[in-house]
This record gives sequence, C-alpha cells and structure tokens, in this order.
Amino acid sequence: MKLYDYELSGNCYKIRLFLSILNKSFETQTVDFYPGQEHKSPPMLALNPLGQLPIIEDEGKVLRDAQAILTYLAAKYDETGEWYPLQDPDRLGEVAQWLAFADGITGTASAARLHDGLFYDLDVEAARAGAHRLFRILDEHLWFAEQAGQSWICSGNHPTIADIACFPYVILSEEGGISRQDYPAIRRWCDRVKRIKGFIGMSGVFPTSAAA
Amino acid sequence: MLDLNCKDSVILNQWHPLSSLEEINKGVVHKTRLLDASISYGIDDEGTLSTWLSNDHLKAGQPYNAAAITDPLPVKHAHGYLWTCLGEPPETLFSFSEFYESDRRNVPTGVFGVHVSAGRAVENFLDMGHFPFVHTGILGEEPHTEVKEYDVEVSETRDEVVATQCQFYQPQAALASKEGAMVDYIYRVPHVNCALLYKSSPTDESRNDVIYLFLQPMGQEQIRAHTGMCVVDDMNSHEDIRYFQQTIFGQDKPILENQYPKRLPLDPRAETPIRADKTAIAFRRWLSRKGLTYGVIPVEA
Ligand SMILES: N[C@@H](CCC(=O)N[C@@H](CS)C(=O)NCC(=O)O)C(=O)O
Ligand SMILES: [Fe+2]
Repeated sequence: MKLYDYELSGNCYKIRLFLSILNKSFETQTVDFYPGQEHKSPPMLALNPLGQLPIIEDEGKVLRDAQAILTYLAAKYDETGEWYPLQDPDRLGEVAQWLAFADGITGTASAARLHDGLFYDLDVEAARAGAHRLFRILDEHLWFAEQAGQSWICSGNHPTIADIACFPYVILSEEGGISRQDYPAIRRWCDRVKRIKGFIGMSGVFPTSAAA
Repeated sequence: MLDLNCKDSVILNQWHPLSSLEEINKGVVHKTRLLDASISYGIDDEGTLSTWLSNDHLKAGQPYNAAAITDPLPVKHAHGYLWTCLGEPPETLFSFSEFYESDRRNVPTGVFGVHVSAGRAVENFLDMGHFPFVHTGILGEEPHTEVKEYDVEVSETRDEVVATQCQFYQPQAALASKEGAMVDYIYRVPHVNCALLYKSSPTDESRNDVIYLFLQPMGQEQIRAHTGMCVVDDMNSHEDIRYFQQTIFGQDKPILENQYPKRLPLDPRAETPIRADKTAIAFRRWLSRKGLTYGVIPVEA
C-alpha cells in the first residue's frame, strides 16, 4: 500500500495514525505540498482531480478522501471489526454522520490553520467562527456521552474511525488561532485518543499532552 | 518619515526579510505584513524588485509594473531573500559567506506563520535543551539530555551574539546522517530577528551545514518564519531536505505558540534560569542594550 503523503497535513495524518493503530505497514510518497503545490501538478491531478491529499494506492485501487480511505482500511484490514461496525446499522449510521462532521472540521479549523501557518488567502474569521460552532457541538456531544459512561464519539465501548477522522484538526486547532479552552469534554477526549494503543503523533501533535 | 503604527526606531531601522526570491512569482503583486503595516512587493522578468506600502491601485494578484510604483521602499536582494526597511536602512546586512560557496545547496525550506514574537522564536532556535523532548529520535533522544558547557560572546567587531563549542548527541543530525553522533554546533545571532546555526556536515566533516531562521515580524506577537538550509549534500533531493526541515519546524510550532508571555521578557530576573540559558541571557542583554521595545517586554527602569 502506498500513501501520497505530506507530513504537516492533518488529513494525511488520519491515515498514518489509523495504519499505525492497525499495525499495518505501508510506503509513503512525499508530495511537495508546500510551497511546491505538487498536489496540483498533472500527475497528481490524474490520481485525484480534486488536487488534494491524501490519496492511497492499494492492490491497484486508487482512493482519495481521508474519510473514504479510513472506511476502506477499516472494512478491509481491521480484523476486530470494531473500528467500522459493519454489522450494526445504528452505529454505522453514527460513524457516517461523524465522518461528514470531520470534513466540516477540515473546512473550518484546518482552513484557519492554513491561513495562519501557510498564508492561504481566505476569510479566517469566518473559518474560526465555523470551527467554534462545530467544536461547541462536539463538546456537548462528548459531555453527554461521558455522562452516559461512554468515551468515544459513537456509541459503544470501542473507538471508531470517526474518532480518528475528527481528532487531527481538533488537536491542531491552536495553529489556526482556535483555542480549546472552552471545550473541556473535547480536551478529555483528546487525551483518551492519545492513549489508544498504536497512537502516533505528527509534527505539531505530541504523543502525550506534555506540551499543552 | 512614513506614518506607521510601529514607533520603535530600533526595529524600524533594520532590513527585514519578506520572501525567498525563489518563491516570488514574477510579474504579479504580492502582499504581506511587516511591523503592523501592509507591504506589497513584486519582481519583473528583468529581475527588478520593488516594495511599497500597500495601496488600492496595485492590489495583490494584479500585474506588477515597476515603473508604476511611486513611493518605493528600500530593497535589498541578499542571501536568497528580498529584504526591505521601513526606517533608515543600515548600510550592510550581516555576512553569510557559505551561501555564496559554489558547491552549496541552498534550499529555502518554507515560510511559516507563527503566533509568537520574533525574540521567542530566535531563543527557541538557540536552545539545544529541547531537542530530546521536541525532536525526539531526530535531533535528540533520552537519556542524552545534557547540554555541555559552551562559550558565548558578543562579537565587538561584528555586533552579533555567537555561541561556540556547543555539543549535543543527535540520533539523526541531518538527512544525510547514517547513525547517531555527537554533533558540534555554532550559533550566530547577527541581526535582532535572524539566527544561523552551523553544524558539522555528515558528508564532509571539515565543513559546516548551515540552517537559518530569518524572521519577519508581522506584528509584535506574530511572525513569518523564513527557514532554510545551506548544505553540503549531493545525495538528497531538494524536496527531501525541505521535508526534513519542515518536519522539525512543525514540531517547534506548538512549543512556540504556547510560550507565555508571547513577547520576550528582557529582564534577566523575569524567567527561571532553565528557560533562560547562557545564550538566551546574552541575547536578551544584547537586545536590551540596543533599546529594542517591539515584541519584547523591556526591563523596567
Ligand atoms: N475531504 C478531503 C479533504 C482533503 C484536504 O483538504 N486535503 C488538503 C491537505 S490536508 C489538500 O490537499 N488541500 C489542497 C486543496 O484543497 O486544494 C479529505 O478528507 O481527504
Ligand atoms: Fe526545535
């Protein structure tokens, strides 16, 4: 399996993190995302016409979109069946709901980070406000989950790919000027994610909360 | 005199980096911030560079025409970067002779926005103590956490802070390293917002690789960090070298952004000795003597 990868990309990190948790080996091909914009080059556009990362190639299959890739990897390689509960329609629906939510976090919190860190030209105030709106919803959701004795975004006793998909741009939010101070349930959930067996960090995400 | 928010003549009378020359698209207007002011710049096909205080006639993305700039700011083209000045420009910029050696690879490794003051970022760059904890497995590794005794001086002839005889154990000192090694470092701070480090090159022991950090203060607590390497390395690609450095810088970012206060306190008693080690103390004193107030917390009289 090959991952077209860029270290500072939170969406690529979703894939690296999940493959590490699954203990599945893979190769990476580094894409010169910044400042080279290689993801917009013709060979990369041939793989993903949207001009985005991540992309994987696995046994001849090319797949784009972090959430789609997580779904594929879980269905194909997670022997426990816990990360993507195919046999449980209720939880499967929840997973799909929160995977879509994760892409909303990309559209807001990640956008603010790209603006502040890599000088993307966009409305950063709107991006930050959008991220706070989503964080408020997630925080409340996680607070009620904790009250019900649950640790993860979807119901059940095991994390799912929804946790993996939501985590990166939440934990990187401060790089976009979005503080998590007002979201205590999100902060506790981040600590739980960091304790999942096989967890790895990325540049900007430390394995333990020491830096916070 | 220009009408600016920033009134600190120490910082105004400096050359400031705006962009790596390699990265400036020719023929269009670019816009950035420097010392709380909007600054535009451009370069044409002949290589004519200009910078000016942004105005509504020449917006970012529009065609750049050097002849249309009525109030140009001073420009300097040096060390691979475009520099400008919002006050009285100094006659010279610090030396960086390695940059001009013919067999060097000069790799701008990217410019990053960071929510911190320039002084804090320089200090983090000078501090070896964080390597094992922040750049684990690359620039440091437990239990090799000791920072050995080293020398610091302010060079009178060159007006710069220099730390020599620095040594640190590094698992992967550079992309070209094959194994862990004790690595020798020299640090230079030849400009209030610029620092360079020299470390023995893994491919040629007799020479030093240079890593630099040129900071553009967008505001007192926000910077553009221009990072780059000037290396003796004929094995690794430009992209690989850049990627290595971006990984390192990405690890520093949350550390920098969690500094409190974001401005650099110049009073030697303001912070514990662990955070303010020898080089940091010399650097803060040097800034104090210059009378810098922008982006710092000056010593109370
Ligand atoms: N929905 C996509 C979004 C991916 C995305 O935004 N990727 C970023 C890198 S983290 C990218 O390639 N951005 C370039 C662009 O959108 O033009 C996913 O989840 O994979
Ligand atoms: Fe560092």
